[in-house]
Amino acid sequence: MSEKSRLACAWCASCGGCEEAIVDLGPALLDLLDRADFAFFPALADFRREDIEGVPDGALLAALITGSVISADDEEMVRLLRRKSRCVIAMGSCAHMGGVPALANQLPEDAWPGAARPAPAARAAGEPPLPELRPPVRTVGQVVEVDGVIPGCPPSSGLVRDALERLLAGRAPSGGEVMAPDVALCEECPRRESAAAEWSFAGFRRPHVTELDPTVCFLNQGVLCMGPATRAGCESACIRGNMPCTGCYGPTSRVHDQGAKMIACIASAVKADTPEEVDAVLDGLPDTVGAFYRYGLAASLLPPRSAIGVGEISSV
Amino acid sequence: MPEDRQVQEDRTGAWEPRIVAFFCNWCTYMAADLAGVSRAHYAPNVRIVRVLCSGRVDPQFVLQAFAQGADGVLIGGCHPGDCHYQDGNTRALRRFRLLRRLAGEMGIHEDRLRLEWVSASEIDKVRWAVNDMVETVRRLGPLTVRPPASPHAATGAAERVASHV
Repeated sequence: MSEKSRLACAWCASCGGCEEAIVDLGPALLDLLDRADFAFFPALADFRREDIEGVPDGALLAALITGSVISADDEEMVRLLRRKSRCVIAMGSCAHMGGVPALANQLPEDAWPGAARPAPAARAAGEPPLPELRPPVRTVGQVVEVDGVIPGCPPSSGLVRDALERLLAGRAPSGGEVMAPDVALCEECPRRESAAAEWSFAGFRRPHVTELDPTVCFLNQGVLCMGPATRAGCESACIRGNMPCTGCYGPTSRVHDQGAKMIACIASAVKADTPEEVDAVLDGLPDTVGAFYRYGLAASLLPPRSAIGVGEISSV
Repeated sequence: MPEDRQVQEDRTGAWEPRIVAFFCNWCTYMAADLAGVSRAHYAPNVRIVRVLCSGRVDPQFVLQAFAQGADGVLIGGCHPGDCHYQDGNTRALRRFRLLRRLAGEMGIHEDRLRLEWVSASEIDKVRWAVNDMVETVRRLGPLTVRPPASPHAATGAAERVASHV
């Protein structure tokens, strides 16, 4: 190896949590930086688009792209990095599945600010306007080809470190491989032994108004936990904090639609046998989409709500 | 047995409801089969998928059907208490109630998804269920689903990176 490999980390509609996950590598990051440089990392330092525009195509080892794609700028940046990089990694739930921003896909498109988006009150002379929004919210993989995914909101530092080590060792992912264990979170859940063989929901309890037993399976406590339909790899961070899984690592490779899979799991366990009784229990889940697609709406089998409608009936 | 008239969309281009039906092998599918043997007609708009139990209908099947052009989805199972596998139909009922809510929130009218209990001998009920479903969906109109941006998965990065490092 003659010179250091170059990496890029760009954010689209990202909260900054994924970038924080890279910084959280701590001393391991310094070790990585002995072997690779960031040619572009605007969340950390004053990088400009020009910094990578001049780079020859394919010169970057890998681009880590965080956040979902919502604006014209996001789209351009993602396409630019695809050209410049040998490997594109979608990092974090938003880049992977749309994330929380993708819940905006429940809005009709004319409710998006779009061209009518208010300009900032104070704008310096010569300052460019805000980028145009491009609904619906998309995953990075819906804009360019993605080689690999680091899942999570944010990804655990362990996964980030393993992925970067793997890249620098020359073993890139391909085919959109999700670089996390391909088993459900329940497999690694510290409360696994507490789960009863038979359990059911006579009603749903919500975590913010419930005193939760820190040792017993959340589902057994009547709390919705996305663990059965969510990929492992987070080291059960939320569970250890006594909060149920909300599904940020997305589904395993055998599942096409995380929310639908969880609906199968949860609804089957409802303790009621008539439509009325079932509905009474389900009333305890006030927001179906928000509960089952908190991070995965853009990756659902169904397109955004604005793409679903009733067509005209043509007469013969 | 499908009626003599063909689905109109094939011949004249006018819209006809397109229904995907998941029928349980032990009851509703048998009833539909018996209807065929008995030359009892029902609307030809239905595409029947035989499943071993209504409890086998994964919610993903239903979403996929809507995403790929179904105007309605009809699930047929055994009457409560008659499930060949004890309680598969009860599970189907629970999923169906939640899936209906999801469909509604996602912009698909709840009546486009339907669950009916039909035993193997109920020719009239299976005819009624299919015909009534077709008429319900006909009143609701065609469901238009613009396909989502297709996910891309790239290959070849392994070689590109290995040659680079």
